[in-house]
Amino acid sequence: MRITVTVDGTGYTDEVEPRTLLVHHLREKLGKTGTVVGCDTSNCGACTVHLNGQSVKSCSVLAVQADGGEVTTVEGLARDGQLHPVQQAFRDNHALQCGFCTPGMIMQSIDLLADNPNPDEEAVREGLEGNLCRCTGYQNIVRAVRDAAGHMRPGAGPEAEQVADGERTTTGVGGDA
Amino acid sequence: MIPAPFDYVAPSTVDEAVRALADAGEDAKVLAGGQSLLPVLRMRLAAPTTVVDLGKIGELKGVRDEGDAVVIGAMSTHYDVQRDPLVHDHALLLARATDTVADPQVRHRGTFGGSLAHADPAGDLLAPALALDAEMVIQGTGGRRTASAAEFFQDFFTTSLAPEDILVEVRIPKHTGWSAHYEKFNRVAQAWSMVAVAATVRAEGGTITEARIGLTNMASIPVRATAVEQALVGRSADAETIRAAAEHAAEGTSPTVDGNADVEYRQHLARVLTGRAVEAAMAG
Repeated sequence: MRITVTVDGTGYTDEVEPRTLLVHHLREKLGKTGTVVGCDTSNCGACTVHLNGQSVKSCSVLAVQADGGEVTTVEGLARDGQLHPVQQAFRDNHALQCGFCTPGMIMQSIDLLADNPNPDEEAVREGLEGNLCRCTGYQNIVRAVRDAAGHMRPGAGPEAEQVADGERTTTGVGGDA
Repeated sequence: MIPAPFDYVAPSTVDEAVRALADAGEDAKVLAGGQSLLPVLRMRLAAPTTVVDLGKIGELKGVRDEGDAVVIGAMSTHYDVQRDPLVHDHALLLARATDTVADPQVRHRGTFGGSLAHADPAGDLLAPALALDAEMVIQGTGGRRTASAAEFFQDFFTTSLAPEDILVEVRIPKHTGWSAHYEKFNRVAQAWSMVAVAATVRAEGGTITEARIGLTNMASIPVRATAVEQALVGRSADAETIRAAAEHAAEGTSPTVDGNADVEYRQHLARVLTGRAVEAAMAG
């Protein structure tokens, strides 16, 4: 079946089998290997991407269901060589150990900040409940999301991923939001 | 893990979907949000010959006001239901329960109708549908008909839907001004409910005038805790009334046994969680 999906701003038309999962289409057909397969059981959230502006687990969506839609992966976040504020905050706050969960964590964090631009710690933990970190590095992940919130324009999210006006300050490991 | 091959159909109307199901025969599967079906296909616990995707059918989405009822399109996502002002005003219990379903990514894709039609006894939206007297609007080859929630849920993963039927929408009589709480007990975040209690009550001047209590995962289908309801109505909503009423929560239930809990433990949970649910509902 022929489908057209816009991924990270570029339109791709491909022939796919109906049984192809979106995550396999992204990785194997389009080479978007930044999105990873973690658990393959819908639990871990490592494969999270945005589909038409909302976070989804791309192992639980068929590629044919994304026909005509827009997908943003972790590879589509940086602009002109500058990391997205959530990516930068993960880096600044050492919010990763092995890094495998990071693409999904970042995509879900952006979604949660779109719904709630200034989440408290509990709201961050609830917003990330569908994403698992096997290194259990949650403390710094939560810290990074709250740090990013301070650097993003309210309402910035999947559809308006922007840096706040003015110079952003870089905080060190463990820096407060 | 990759699903077995299947033919894929994405009709644009309910009529076409019913025809597609009738044509495909009994090995066809309906795809709503896919958050239960796709894991099942990936693990090859099912291998349908045809998948009929309802995702392109606009008439199945959205929530509308129909006088004495709120009508929810079967393909409305959990995310849509959670945020709908009509649902908040007139079926608060459903909004509260939907907040607890899975995780944000699943709530973006998963649908209200899909959850009901899947009829997992641990699913969180069955007990609220039963407690709120929801009515299912079903379209099949013989046209449209309705089924009450009590008629609709028949057994584990089994409803009154025939293979070629589509659940079109769900009519929920307005419960305007009722307070509500959904108390869920699970082992870890995003796990299925071991037991959960859906409670919604109406009170006037501190006296409970109406109460509806639905239990999740206390039988093969959602059940009403009618003895608890009777013990609450007409009484003041104090801690002692709630505690005494909650003691009746497990009466007549026959929960399953699995690796998480046996019958006795589930019945204990039902009593404890009912107390918490009614208390939280009364506290607003």
